[in-house]
Amino acid sequence: MRKSLNTLGSSVSAIILALSICAVLLLVTGKDPFAAYSKILETGLTGEKLLEMLKRATPLIFSAIAVAIGFKMNLFNIGVEGQYLFAALVAAEMATHVSLPRPLHILFILVVAMVAGAAWASIAAFLKIARGVNEVISTIMLNYIALSFIQWLFESFFRDDSDGGLNVKTTKIAPSGRMPDLVHDRLNGMFIVALVVAFLYWIVVFRSRFGFRLRASGLNPIAARTAGIPANRMVLIALMLSGAVAGLIAMPAVIGDVYGYGPSAIATQFGFAGISVALLGRNHPVGIVGAALLFGFLDSTSAVLQLSGIPSSIVKVIQAIIVLVVVIVNEASSRRYNRRTAERAAADLKSQEVQS
Amino acid sequence: MTQSKNFRLFAALIAALAIISTVRLWTSQDALTSSDTIGTALRLTVPILLAGMAGLWAERCGVLNIGIEGMMIFGTWFGAWGAWQFGPWAGLLFAILGGVFGGLVHAVATVRFNIDQVISGVVINLFAFFGVRYLSELVYVGKQGGGISQSPPQKWALPRFNLPILSGGEIAGWKSPDFLGWLELQRWFILGDLGGISRGLTHNLSWATVIAVLVVPASAWVLWRTRFGLRLRSSGESPVAAESLGVKVNHLRYYGLLISGGLAGLAGGTLSIVASSYYRQGQTAGRGFIGLATMIFGNWRPSGILIGAMLFGYAEGIKLVASDSITALFLFIAAISGVFFVVAVIRRKRVQIAVALSAFLLSAIAYRTVDTVPESLTQALPYLVTLIVLATANQRLRPPAMAGVPFRPGEPH
Repeated sequence: MRKSLNTLGSSVSAIILALSICAVLLLVTGKDPFAAYSKILETGLTGEKLLEMLKRATPLIFSAIAVAIGFKMNLFNIGVEGQYLFAALVAAEMATHVSLPRPLHILFILVVAMVAGAAWASIAAFLKIARGVNEVISTIMLNYIALSFIQWLFESFFRDDSDGGLNVKTTKIAPSGRMPDLVHDRLNGMFIVALVVAFLYWIVVFRSRFGFRLRASGLNPIAARTAGIPANRMVLIALMLSGAVAGLIAMPAVIGDVYGYGPSAIATQFGFAGISVALLGRNHPVGIVGAALLFGFLDSTSAVLQLSGIPSSIVKVIQAIIVLVVVIVNEASSRRYNRRTAERAAADLKSQEVQS
Repeated sequence: MTQSKNFRLFAALIAALAIISTVRLWTSQDALTSSDTIGTALRLTVPILLAGMAGLWAERCGVLNIGIEGMMIFGTWFGAWGAWQFGPWAGLLFAILGGVFGGLVHAVATVRFNIDQVISGVVINLFAFFGVRYLSELVYVGKQGGGISQSPPQKWALPRFNLPILSGGEIAGWKSPDFLGWLELQRWFILGDLGGISRGLTHNLSWATVIAVLVVPASAWVLWRTRFGLRLRSSGESPVAAESLGVKVNHLRYYGLLISGGLAGLAGGTLSIVASSYYRQGQTAGRGFIGLATMIFGNWRPSGILIGAMLFGYAEGIKLVASDSITALFLFIAAISGVFFVVAVIRRKRVQIAVALSAFLLSAIAYRTVDTVPESLTQALPYLVTLIVLATANQRLRPPAMAGVPFRPGEPH
């Protein structure tokens, strides 16, 4: 309890610190920071913008959980980007080749996306297990390979020009495979799925025997191996789980918005944003959802900022600075916490010595 | 020992030249070694080379640098801004300073505050991408030819020159003969290729390119032949031992990262000042990561990075200049792996025989069947090659031992 309060305190103070750094940045570049921040609050807290916040937070929750599963085992999955785009294309294409009743069709698409994401992630896992290749490097390389591979698959096999127009996509998914909206045209059911996934992440990683083994392998690999936890299998499972969740990132768009895959229709960069959100949320499901909502909130205000003469990219700059400051503050505060614990233990030990 | 090694290298070079020359004459794809192709390849090699050297400097001092891409983005933006305001030379200086700024952020985050080096790099990439977008909105929007995603064009370019006598350069107003160009036109076996390649390297050369290529021997000399370099490398190999000998590890990591950032910035500057005449969003196009790949491919050594950068640059160059001669390269790979196959059979190395034979068969089949290589797949080449190198030669690679491990001076170890 004390530790989590500590965590919350340091995160909040880091956010405040980051906002003041951004205020200085705004001032230096000749913009009024108070006007910008009050504009963000003013527009962000209307009902319409709050719905947009939830919508924008949905892919971030998936992405951050995918990254966090890796983090919990000390694996850095930078390849979420490639995994989710690959999964989006495969799921969008496979969806048009089956005809199922509604809930089953949606379920089928989600499962295909997860399998595709896991399959792409398993390449990095295989390289790590069999050849000892560091997953940071291999997932970076696999991101770019995925982008090229997807482009090739799409251009040569999957594109459907029957719709006409410049914005080419795969064949449109039948209505039975479309996710129903929670609020018409504003928010679809994937938000609920994201919350469910966050809850499952909590159960599996924080409350199950498997999760204990996963975290143990991350905290102390040597101890974990000594305790009989198979290191290689844990790497494979963790990366595939991470890839499976990554496969869901584009689903709010694929089955809820675009009803297909198109190079310009599916947003990129969620993989990297997910890293930020996972760091800000400190890999905890509640923290991740909170951080995703914060990022979604900031993103939702960017269009209005633009209208009032403040470049909208400042929102992304704020996000990057928040993450950097949060990571630094967390590192410093956890070191202080550890040092205090060590000092207290040393003091206790000393007083015992005196007594005996 | 070194003499026979040099001799072997020379023989291998001649053999490779003979093979590519044969392939050129056989398929009559003159573009394979034309000065046009080589010149383009050189221009594309330079940013990759500098990015790779940026990675080298960072990792040799013990810090992973995933943020090269971001530092390059700073380089493209500040370089273009400086060139637009004050001319191209000042632009290059601003590009370096922009990169140094990125390196400084990375150094403060990882060396001063000891946060995870990969995390810091990733955040720097994000910060740079959106940071320069913000700056563009402030500075470039509304200017003639500028906008949110590009800068106004620069007024003049860096001077270019041809080497006198060899490639038709001018000496005090006298137009000297273009000897290599003449040689290239003769299309002779080996000599024609030699002419084309050397003319490509010496014709229409930008001074920035010369500077960039000089970074390689300079880095090699500083890192391996000076006291500073030895200390810097020891901070990457064994910071604890270095500290016990009185080396200020954290200072050296700061220097290493500032140099790394400067090189990455210069890499970005060559993109926005030399390779084009304005800044454009997405100009780096993942070259920072190709640089990282090149560093791994080159086994954390300047010469290896140079070879890797030339390979990737050539692949990109030939795609740009003469995409229909790519298929001829399959024949080249087939011939090379054929030679390796024969050598492996003589030496009776089973694994090498199998690898060479499968490479030979694959490329031979590819040559017979593939007409055009989709561009989307050739883009993935550097990454694919690096993954294959990592997967097959991981045991032979020797990264700095403690690169990526945080270090706090003065703590018990």
